[in-house]
Amino acid sequence: MKTDTIKGIIIEEILNIAPDAEESEIPEDDRLQNAIEFDSYDFLSLLTALNERLGVEVPEADYGSVDTLNHMVEYMQQRIE
Amino acid sequence: MSLFRMPSLGADMESAVLVEWKVDVGDEVKKGQVIAEIEASKGIIEIEVFEDGVVEKFLVEEETECAVGTPMAVIRTSDEAEVAIDDAKPKELKPKIEPQEAIEVETKEKIIQHADDTTVQTSTRIKASPAARKRAKELGVDLAIAAKTATGFIKLEDVEKAASVASREVSEKKPKTKDEKTGSDHSMRQAIAAAMSKANSEIPHYYLSTSINMSAALNRLEERNRTHSIKERILPAALLIHAAVQILKEVPELNGFWRNGKHEISDSINPGFAIALRKCGLLTPAILNAQDMDLVQTMQSMGDLIQRTRASKLRGSELSEQTITITNLGDLGVETVFGVIYPPQVALIGFGKITDSPWAEGDSLSVRKVMQATLAGDHRATDGRTGATYLSKLKNYLEHPEEWK
Repeated sequence: MKTDTIKGIIIEEILNIAPDAEESEIPEDDRLQNAIEFDSYDFLSLLTALNERLGVEVPEADYGSVDTLNHMVEYMQQRIE
Repeated sequence: MSLFRMPSLGADMESAVLVEWKVDVGDEVKKGQVIAEIEASKGIIEIEVFEDGVVEKFLVEEETECAVGTPMAVIRTSDEAEVAIDDAKPKELKPKIEPQEAIEVETKEKIIQHADDTTVQTSTRIKASPAARKRAKELGVDLAIAAKTATGFIKLEDVEKAASVASREVSEKKPKTKDEKTGSDHSMRQAIAAAMSKANSEIPHYYLSTSINMSAALNRLEERNRTHSIKERILPAALLIHAAVQILKEVPELNGFWRNGKHEISDSINPGFAIALRKCGLLTPAILNAQDMDLVQTMQSMGDLIQRTRASKLRGSELSEQTITITNLGDLGVETVFGVIYPPQVALIGFGKITDSPWAEGDSLSVRKVMQATLAGDHRATDGRTGATYLSKLKNYLEHPEEWK
Protein backbone atom coordinates (compact mmCIF):
# COMPACT_ATOMS: atom_id res chain seq x y z
CA MET A 1 0.00 0.00 0.00
CA LYS A 2 1.24 3.49 -0.86
CA THR A 3 2.36 5.87 1.89
CA ASP A 4 -0.21 8.46 0.81
CA THR A 5 -3.03 5.93 0.95
CA ILE A 6 -2.09 4.88 4.48
CA LYS A 7 -1.77 8.48 5.56
CA GLY A 8 -5.18 9.25 4.04
CA ILE A 9 -6.78 6.40 5.97
CA ILE A 10 -5.21 7.48 9.26
CA ILE A 11 -6.33 11.08 8.77
CA GLU A 12 -9.82 9.90 7.90
CA GLU A 13 -10.03 7.88 11.11
CA ILE A 14 -8.65 10.74 13.21
CA LEU A 15 -11.36 13.01 11.82
CA ASN A 16 -13.99 10.35 12.55
CA ILE A 17 -12.95 10.39 16.19
CA ALA A 18 -12.53 14.16 16.43
CA PRO A 19 -15.11 15.50 13.93
CA ASP A 20 -14.57 19.07 15.08
CA ALA A 21 -10.90 19.08 14.15
CA GLU A 22 -9.66 20.33 10.79
CA GLU A 23 -7.37 18.28 8.61
CA SER A 24 -4.90 21.17 8.61
CA GLU A 25 -4.70 21.01 12.42
CA ILE A 26 -3.37 17.46 12.45
CA PRO A 27 0.38 17.73 12.95
CA GLU A 28 2.72 15.37 11.15
CA ASP A 29 5.53 15.31 13.68
CA ASP A 30 3.87 16.36 16.92
CA ARG A 31 1.84 14.31 19.36
CA LEU A 32 -1.88 14.32 18.58
CA GLN A 33 -2.95 15.06 22.15
CA ASN A 34 -1.11 18.37 22.12
CA ALA A 35 -2.58 19.58 18.85
CA ILE A 36 -6.19 18.37 18.80
CA GLU A 37 -6.75 17.33 22.41
CA PHE A 38 -6.66 13.62 21.67
CA ASP A 39 -6.91 11.74 24.95
CA SER A 40 -5.89 8.16 25.74
CA TYR A 41 -9.36 6.90 24.89
CA ASP A 42 -9.28 8.64 21.49
CA PHE A 43 -5.87 7.16 20.83
CA LEU A 44 -7.11 3.65 21.62
CA SER A 45 -10.18 4.24 19.41
CA LEU A 46 -7.88 5.28 16.57
CA LEU A 47 -5.71 2.16 16.91
CA THR A 48 -8.85 -0.01 17.06
CA ALA A 49 -10.20 1.59 13.87
CA LEU A 50 -6.83 1.19 12.11
CA ASN A 51 -6.71 -2.43 13.17
CA GLU A 52 -10.00 -2.95 11.37
CA ARG A 53 -9.01 -1.00 8.26
CA LEU A 54 -5.38 -2.09 7.87
CA GLY A 55 -5.22 -5.32 9.84
CA VAL A 56 -2.34 -4.10 11.98
CA GLU A 57 -2.64 -4.48 15.74
CA VAL A 58 -0.34 -2.20 17.71
CA PRO A 59 0.67 -3.72 21.05
CA GLU A 60 0.99 -1.31 23.98
CA ALA A 61 4.75 -1.91 24.04
CA ASP A 62 4.94 -0.22 20.59
CA TYR A 63 3.04 2.95 21.55
CA GLY A 64 6.31 4.88 21.40
CA SER A 65 6.64 4.03 17.68
CA VAL A 66 3.19 5.43 16.78
CA ASP A 67 3.25 8.69 18.73
CA THR A 68 2.97 11.01 15.70
CA LEU A 69 1.19 10.84 12.35
CA ASN A 70 4.40 10.25 10.39
CA HIS A 71 5.59 7.55 12.78
CA MET A 72 2.21 5.88 12.56
CA VAL A 73 2.33 5.86 8.75
CA GLU A 74 5.83 4.35 8.85
CA TYR A 75 4.83 1.72 11.41
CA MET A 76 1.75 0.66 9.47
CA GLN A 77 3.57 0.51 6.15
CA GLN A 78 6.21 -1.82 7.57
CA ARG A 79 3.54 -4.22 8.81
CA ILE A 80 1.00 -4.27 5.98
CA GLU A 81 1.52 -7.01 3.36
CA MET B 1 -51.58 11.04 38.96
CA SER B 2 -48.37 12.94 38.87
CA LEU B 3 -46.75 15.74 36.96
CA PHE B 4 -43.61 15.12 35.00
CA ARG B 5 -41.49 18.24 35.49
CA MET B 6 -38.44 19.62 33.75
CA PRO B 7 -35.64 17.98 35.75
CA SER B 8 -32.68 19.89 37.11
CA LEU B 9 -29.53 18.47 35.56
CA GLY B 10 -27.09 20.15 37.88
CA ALA B 11 -26.99 23.28 40.01
CA ASP B 12 -26.10 25.34 36.96
CA MET B 13 -29.19 24.57 34.88
CA GLU B 14 -32.07 27.04 34.89
CA SER B 15 -34.06 25.97 31.86
CA ALA B 16 -33.98 23.83 28.74
CA VAL B 17 -35.84 23.54 25.47
CA LEU B 18 -38.09 20.55 24.93
CA VAL B 19 -36.85 19.20 21.61
CA GLU B 20 -39.00 16.14 21.08
CA TRP B 21 -41.42 13.91 22.92
CA LYS B 22 -40.27 10.29 22.59
CA VAL B 23 -43.66 8.88 23.63
CA ASP B 24 -47.30 9.57 22.67
CA VAL B 25 -50.34 10.35 24.78
CA GLY B 26 -51.79 7.02 25.90
CA ASP B 27 -48.43 5.24 25.93
CA GLU B 28 -47.51 3.13 28.89
CA VAL B 29 -44.16 4.17 30.38
CA LYS B 30 -41.84 2.43 32.79
CA LYS B 31 -39.63 4.01 35.44
CA GLY B 32 -36.32 4.98 33.85
CA GLN B 33 -37.72 5.05 30.30
CA VAL B 34 -36.63 7.96 28.10
CA ILE B 35 -39.71 10.07 27.40
CA ALA B 36 -38.25 13.23 25.90
CA GLU B 37 -35.20 14.88 24.45
CA ILE B 38 -34.25 18.32 25.73
CA GLU B 39 -31.57 20.77 24.77
CA ALA B 40 -29.76 22.43 27.64
CA SER B 41 -26.47 24.29 27.64
CA LYS B 42 -24.89 20.84 27.97
CA GLY B 43 -26.25 19.69 24.63
CA ILE B 44 -29.06 17.32 23.69
CA ILE B 45 -30.05 15.13 26.62
CA GLU B 46 -32.54 12.30 26.93
CA ILE B 47 -34.67 12.62 30.05
CA GLU B 48 -36.30 9.76 31.88
CA VAL B 49 -39.60 9.29 33.69
CA PHE B 50 -39.43 8.50 37.40
CA GLU B 51 -42.36 6.12 37.81
CA ASP B 52 -44.50 3.60 35.96
CA GLY B 53 -47.72 4.89 34.43
CA VAL B 54 -49.57 6.08 31.34
CA VAL B 55 -48.94 9.38 29.55
CA GLU B 56 -52.20 11.24 30.09
CA LYS B 57 -51.47 14.60 28.55
CA PHE B 58 -48.66 16.81 27.32
CA LEU B 59 -48.60 20.25 28.93
CA VAL B 60 -45.76 21.62 26.83
CA GLU B 61 -45.28 21.65 23.09
CA GLU B 62 -42.06 20.72 21.37
CA GLU B 63 -39.63 23.62 20.82
CA THR B 64 -40.72 25.30 24.07
CA GLU B 65 -38.26 26.52 26.66
CA CYS B 66 -39.20 25.39 30.17
CA ALA B 67 -37.75 26.51 33.48
CA VAL B 68 -36.57 23.75 35.81
CA GLY B 69 -39.62 22.40 37.66
CA THR B 70 -42.13 23.34 34.96
CA PRO B 71 -44.84 20.64 34.64
CA MET B 72 -44.35 19.11 31.19
CA ALA B 73 -46.71 16.13 31.15
CA VAL B 74 -49.30 14.38 33.25
CA ILE B 75 -48.52 10.75 34.05
CA ARG B 76 -51.36 8.59 35.34
CA THR B 77 -49.91 5.98 37.67
CA SER B 78 -51.23 2.55 36.82
CA ASP B 79 -53.67 2.11 39.72
CA GLU B 80 -55.48 5.40 39.11
CA ALA B 81 -58.57 6.12 37.07
CA GLU B 82 -58.59 8.98 34.58
CA VAL B 83 -59.07 12.35 36.28
CA ALA B 84 -59.42 15.85 34.93
CA ILE B 85 -56.22 17.86 35.23
CA ASP B 86 -57.29 21.48 34.91
CA ASP B 87 -55.16 22.64 37.79
CA ALA B 88 -52.00 21.38 36.17
CA LYS B 89 -51.35 24.41 34.02
CA PRO B 90 -47.79 24.93 32.92
CA LYS B 91 -46.09 28.03 34.22
CA GLU B 92 -43.37 30.24 32.81
CA LEU B 93 -43.74 28.98 29.29
CA LYS B 94 -42.14 31.02 26.60
CA PRO B 95 -41.28 30.26 23.03
CA LYS B 96 -37.62 29.74 22.42
CA ILE B 97 -36.05 32.97 21.32
CA GLU B 98 -32.58 33.03 19.91
CA PRO B 99 -30.87 35.78 21.90
CA GLN B 100 -29.16 37.29 18.90
CA GLU B 101 -32.38 37.53 16.90
CA ALA B 102 -32.87 41.25 16.32
CA ILE B 103 -36.60 41.36 15.77
CA GLU B 104 -38.15 39.47 18.62
CA VAL B 105 -41.74 39.76 17.47
CA GLU B 106 -41.00 38.23 14.13
CA THR B 107 -39.33 35.29 15.82
CA LYS B 108 -42.31 34.70 18.06
CA GLU B 109 -44.66 34.75 15.09
CA LYS B 110 -42.47 32.27 13.27
CA ILE B 111 -42.52 29.92 16.22
CA ILE B 112 -46.28 30.19 16.68
CA GLN B 113 -46.80 29.47 13.00
CA HIS B 114 -44.49 26.54 13.26
CA ALA B 115 -46.29 25.19 16.31
CA ASP B 116 -49.68 25.48 14.60
CA ASP B 117 -48.50 23.53 11.63
CA THR B 118 -48.44 20.26 13.52
CA THR B 119 -48.57 18.07 10.46
CA VAL B 120 -45.18 19.24 9.29
CA GLN B 121 -43.73 19.47 12.76
CA THR B 122 -42.88 15.84 13.38
CA SER B 123 -39.40 15.82 14.84
CA THR B 124 -37.94 18.47 12.57
CA ARG B 125 -35.41 19.38 15.23
CA ILE B 126 -31.95 19.54 13.74
CA LYS B 127 -29.28 17.40 15.34
CA ALA B 128 -25.92 19.09 15.62
CA SER B 129 -22.80 18.69 17.69
CA PRO B 130 -22.45 21.22 20.53
CA ALA B 131 -19.45 22.73 18.77
CA ALA B 132 -21.42 23.10 15.55
CA ARG B 133 -24.31 24.70 17.43
CA LYS B 134 -21.99 27.15 19.14
CA ARG B 135 -20.21 28.04 15.91
CA ALA B 136 -23.55 28.45 14.15
CA LYS B 137 -24.58 31.01 16.77
CA GLU B 138 -21.27 32.83 16.43
CA LEU B 139 -21.55 32.96 12.68
CA GLY B 140 -25.29 33.57 12.66
CA VAL B 141 -25.89 30.47 10.55
CA ASP B 142 -29.31 28.85 10.47
CA LEU B 143 -28.77 25.18 11.30
CA ALA B 144 -31.54 24.28 8.88
CA ILE B 145 -29.38 25.59 6.05
CA ALA B 146 -26.35 23.68 7.28
CA ALA B 147 -28.52 20.56 7.51
CA LYS B 148 -29.16 20.63 3.77
CA THR B 149 -25.54 19.95 2.97
CA ALA B 150 -24.71 17.81 6.00
CA THR B 151 -25.12 14.07 6.10
CA GLY B 152 -26.78 13.10 9.38
CA PHE B 153 -25.45 14.90 12.41
CA ILE B 154 -24.30 18.47 11.70
CA LYS B 155 -20.63 18.94 12.39
CA LEU B 156 -18.51 22.04 12.73
CA GLU B 157 -17.37 21.94 9.11
CA ASP B 158 -20.96 21.84 7.84
CA VAL B 159 -21.72 25.04 9.73
CA GLU B 160 -18.65 26.74 8.37
CA LYS B 161 -19.48 25.63 4.84
CA ALA B 162 -22.99 27.03 5.22
CA ALA B 163 -21.55 30.24 6.67
CA SER B 164 -19.24 30.84 3.74
CA VAL B 165 -22.09 30.27 1.30
CA ALA B 166 -24.34 32.61 3.27
CA SER B 167 -21.73 35.36 3.49
CA ARG B 168 -21.39 35.33 -0.28
CA GLU B 169 -25.17 35.53 -0.69
CA VAL B 170 -25.83 38.24 1.89
CA SER B 171 -22.70 40.32 1.70
CA GLU B 172 -24.30 43.59 2.81
CA LYS B 173 -25.69 42.16 6.05
CA LYS B 174 -24.43 44.15 9.03
CA PRO B 175 -21.58 42.38 10.77
CA LYS B 176 -22.02 41.57 14.45
CA THR B 177 -20.38 43.77 17.01
CA LYS B 178 -17.89 42.25 19.39
CA ASP B 179 -20.34 42.53 22.29
CA GLU B 180 -22.98 40.53 20.51
CA LYS B 181 -20.47 37.84 19.73
CA THR B 182 -19.26 37.41 23.27
CA GLY B 183 -22.67 38.12 24.78
CA SER B 184 -24.88 35.08 25.20
CA ASP B 185 -23.18 32.59 22.89
CA HIS B 186 -21.19 30.69 25.39
CA SER B 187 -23.97 29.11 27.35
CA MET B 188 -21.87 26.17 28.49
CA ARG B 189 -19.12 28.54 29.63
CA GLN B 190 -21.71 30.50 31.58
CA ALA B 191 -23.16 27.37 33.12
CA ILE B 192 -19.71 26.32 34.31
CA ALA B 193 -19.03 29.86 35.55
CA ALA B 194 -22.21 29.86 37.63
CA ALA B 195 -21.56 26.48 39.23
CA MET B 196 -17.92 27.17 39.96
CA SER B 197 -18.58 30.62 41.46
CA LYS B 198 -21.08 29.00 43.78
CA ALA B 199 -18.59 26.27 44.64
CA ASN B 200 -15.77 28.64 45.40
CA SER B 201 -17.85 31.05 47.46
CA GLU B 202 -19.76 28.44 49.46
CA ILE B 203 -17.50 25.42 49.84
CA PRO B 204 -14.55 25.65 52.23
CA HIS B 205 -12.16 23.40 50.31
CA TYR B 206 -9.22 21.52 51.75
CA TYR B 207 -6.60 19.92 49.51
CA LEU B 208 -4.42 16.84 49.97
CA SER B 209 -1.96 15.17 47.64
CA THR B 210 0.10 11.99 47.51
CA SER B 211 2.61 10.38 45.12
CA ILE B 212 1.68 6.90 43.92
CA ASN B 213 4.12 4.45 42.37
CA MET B 214 2.11 3.09 39.43
CA SER B 215 4.80 0.77 38.00
CA ALA B 216 3.37 -2.50 39.33
CA ALA B 217 -0.21 -1.58 38.42
CA LEU B 218 0.76 -0.57 34.88
CA ASN B 219 2.78 -3.77 34.42
CA ARG B 220 -0.19 -5.79 35.57
CA LEU B 221 -2.45 -3.92 33.12
CA GLU B 222 0.00 -4.38 30.24
CA GLU B 223 0.31 -8.10 30.95
CA ARG B 224 -3.43 -8.43 30.93
CA ASN B 225 -3.82 -6.39 27.74
CA ARG B 226 -1.20 -8.43 25.92
CA THR B 227 -3.44 -11.48 26.07
CA HIS B 228 -6.55 -9.63 24.91
CA SER B 229 -7.52 -8.11 21.58
CA ILE B 230 -7.22 -4.39 21.04
CA LYS B 231 -10.99 -4.00 21.47
CA GLU B 232 -10.76 -5.40 24.99
CA ARG B 233 -7.79 -3.30 26.03
CA ILE B 234 -8.13 -1.55 29.38
CA LEU B 235 -6.80 1.98 29.79
CA PRO B 236 -5.06 3.25 32.94
CA ALA B 237 -7.85 5.88 33.14
CA ALA B 238 -10.39 3.09 33.71
CA LEU B 239 -8.18 1.48 36.33
CA LEU B 240 -7.98 4.79 38.19
CA ILE B 241 -11.77 5.21 38.21
CA HIS B 242 -12.22 1.62 39.34
CA ALA B 243 -9.66 2.03 42.12
CA ALA B 244 -11.19 5.33 43.27
CA VAL B 245 -14.60 3.64 43.50
CA GLN B 246 -13.28 0.62 45.39
CA ILE B 247 -11.77 2.87 48.06
CA LEU B 248 -14.94 4.99 48.29
CA LYS B 249 -16.62 1.83 49.55
CA GLU B 250 -14.17 1.91 52.46
CA VAL B 251 -14.36 5.69 53.02
CA PRO B 252 -17.99 6.45 52.07
CA GLU B 253 -18.02 9.91 53.70
CA LEU B 254 -16.53 11.44 50.54
CA ASN B 255 -19.27 9.99 48.33
CA GLY B 256 -22.38 12.12 48.75
CA PHE B 257 -23.73 15.60 49.22
CA TRP B 258 -23.90 18.65 51.42
CA ARG B 259 -27.53 19.75 51.29
CA ASN B 260 -29.57 22.02 53.58
CA GLY B 261 -26.74 22.20 56.07
CA LYS B 262 -26.46 18.43 56.30
CA HIS B 263 -23.98 15.82 55.13
CA GLU B 264 -25.68 12.99 53.21
CA ILE B 265 -23.76 9.85 52.26
CA SER B 266 -24.89 8.16 49.06
CA ASP B 267 -25.31 4.38 48.85
CA SER B 268 -24.68 4.25 45.12
CA ILE B 269 -21.33 5.46 43.82
CA ASN B 270 -21.84 7.48 40.64
CA PRO B 271 -18.50 9.09 39.79
CA GLY B 272 -18.86 12.11 37.52
CA PHE B 273 -16.01 11.78 35.08
CA ALA B 274 -14.69 14.93 33.41
CA ILE B 275 -14.84 14.50 29.62
CA ALA B 276 -13.50 17.24 27.35
CA LEU B 277 -15.67 18.26 24.43
CA ARG B 278 -12.56 19.49 22.65
CA LYS B 279 -13.43 22.94 21.39
CA CYS B 280 -16.36 23.72 23.64
CA GLY B 281 -15.92 23.01 27.30
CA LEU B 282 -16.39 19.84 29.24
CA LEU B 283 -19.05 17.73 30.88
CA THR B 284 -18.87 15.46 33.90
CA PRO B 285 -21.48 12.75 33.28
CA ALA B 286 -21.71 9.93 35.80
CA ILE B 287 -20.88 6.27 35.52
CA LEU B 288 -24.01 5.13 37.36
CA ASN B 289 -23.69 2.45 40.05
CA ALA B 290 -19.97 2.00 39.54
CA GLN B 291 -19.84 0.22 42.91
CA ASP B 292 -21.22 -2.91 41.21
CA MET B 293 -18.70 -2.95 38.33
CA ASP B 294 -15.47 -4.85 37.92
CA LEU B 295 -12.55 -3.35 35.99
CA VAL B 296 -13.71 -4.63 32.58
CA GLN B 297 -17.21 -3.24 33.11
CA THR B 298 -15.78 0.07 34.28
CA MET B 299 -13.75 0.33 31.06
CA GLN B 300 -16.82 -0.47 28.95
CA SER B 301 -18.96 2.07 30.80
CA MET B 302 -16.26 4.71 30.51
CA GLY B 303 -15.89 4.18 26.74
CA ASP B 304 -19.63 4.19 26.25
CA LEU B 305 -19.97 7.40 28.27
CA ILE B 306 -17.18 9.19 26.36
CA GLN B 307 -18.75 8.28 23.02
CA ARG B 308 -22.24 9.31 24.02
CA THR B 309 -21.01 12.55 25.62
CA ARG B 310 -19.33 13.60 22.40
CA ALA B 311 -22.32 12.53 20.30
CA SER B 312 -24.73 14.45 22.59
CA LYS B 313 -26.55 11.30 23.61
CA LEU B 314 -26.56 11.52 27.38
CA ARG B 315 -29.34 10.59 29.77
CA GLY B 316 -30.65 13.11 32.30
CA SER B 317 -29.78 10.80 35.19
CA GLU B 318 -26.16 10.72 34.08
CA LEU B 319 -25.97 14.50 34.38
CA SER B 320 -27.83 14.86 37.65
CA GLU B 321 -26.89 11.93 39.85
CA GLN B 322 -23.13 12.31 40.28
CA THR B 323 -22.02 11.61 43.84
CA ILE B 324 -18.34 12.59 43.40
CA THR B 325 -16.16 13.92 40.56
CA ILE B 326 -12.99 12.38 39.12
CA THR B 327 -10.76 14.61 36.98
CA ASN B 328 -7.93 13.06 35.06
CA LEU B 329 -5.73 15.64 33.36
CA GLY B 330 -2.80 13.31 32.84
CA ASP B 331 -3.38 13.10 29.09
CA LEU B 332 -2.75 16.83 28.88
CA GLY B 333 0.59 16.54 30.64
CA VAL B 334 -0.54 18.07 33.95
CA GLU B 335 1.13 16.58 37.02
CA THR B 336 -1.13 17.73 39.84
CA VAL B 337 -4.84 18.60 39.79
CA PHE B 338 -6.29 20.99 42.39
CA GLY B 339 -9.99 20.66 41.61
CA VAL B 340 -13.05 22.71 42.50
CA ILE B 341 -15.85 20.63 44.01
CA TYR B 342 -19.11 20.58 42.06
CA PRO B 343 -21.94 21.37 44.48
CA PRO B 344 -23.74 19.68 46.17
CA GLN B 345 -20.98 17.03 46.03
CA VAL B 346 -18.41 17.03 48.84
CA ALA B 347 -15.22 15.84 47.14
CA LEU B 348 -13.22 15.73 43.92
CA ILE B 349 -10.45 13.29 43.11
CA GLY B 350 -7.72 14.48 40.73
CA PHE B 351 -5.22 12.38 38.82
CA GLY B 352 -2.19 13.83 37.09
CA LYS B 353 0.21 12.55 34.48
CA ILE B 354 2.12 9.35 35.13
CA THR B 355 5.80 10.32 34.77
CA ASP B 356 9.13 8.56 35.08
CA SER B 357 10.43 9.85 38.40
CA PRO B 358 13.03 9.01 41.03
CA TRP B 359 11.58 6.75 43.70
CA ALA B 360 13.24 5.76 46.96
CA GLU B 361 12.59 2.30 48.35
CA GLY B 362 14.54 1.32 51.44
CA ASP B 363 18.12 2.29 50.72
CA SER B 364 17.88 2.28 46.96
CA LEU B 365 16.83 4.92 44.51
CA SER B 366 15.23 3.89 41.22
CA VAL B 367 13.10 5.30 38.40
CA ARG B 368 9.40 4.45 38.61
CA LYS B 369 6.10 5.45 36.94
CA VAL B 370 4.80 7.98 39.45
CA MET B 371 1.44 9.75 39.59
CA GLN B 372 0.13 12.50 41.85
CA ALA B 373 -3.34 11.83 43.24
CA THR B 374 -5.12 14.75 44.88
CA LEU B 375 -8.27 15.13 46.87
CA ALA B 376 -10.33 18.29 47.23
CA GLY B 377 -12.69 17.92 50.17
CA ASP B 378 -15.58 20.01 51.50
CA HIS B 379 -14.51 20.89 55.04
CA ARG B 380 -18.15 21.25 56.15
CA ALA B 381 -18.73 17.56 55.41
CA THR B 382 -15.39 15.94 56.21
CA ASP B 383 -12.06 16.73 57.81
CA GLY B 384 -8.57 16.39 56.40
CA ARG B 385 -8.26 13.20 58.38
CA THR B 386 -10.96 11.51 56.29
CA GLY B 387 -9.35 12.73 53.08
CA ALA B 388 -5.93 11.52 54.23
CA THR B 389 -7.34 8.07 55.05
CA TYR B 390 -8.86 7.93 51.59
CA LEU B 391 -5.67 8.90 49.74
CA SER B 392 -3.46 6.53 51.72
CA LYS B 393 -5.84 3.61 51.08
CA LEU B 394 -5.98 4.53 47.38
CA LYS B 395 -2.17 4.63 47.23
CA ASN B 396 -1.95 1.25 48.95
CA TYR B 397 -4.49 -0.26 46.55
CA LEU B 398 -2.76 0.99 43.39
CA GLU B 399 0.73 0.04 44.58
CA HIS B 400 -0.24 -3.55 45.39
CA PRO B 401 -1.95 -5.08 42.35
CA GLU B 402 -1.07 -8.56 43.65
CA GLU B 403 -3.86 -8.05 46.20
CA TRP B 404 -6.55 -7.17 43.63
CA LYS B 405 -9.40 -9.58 43.42
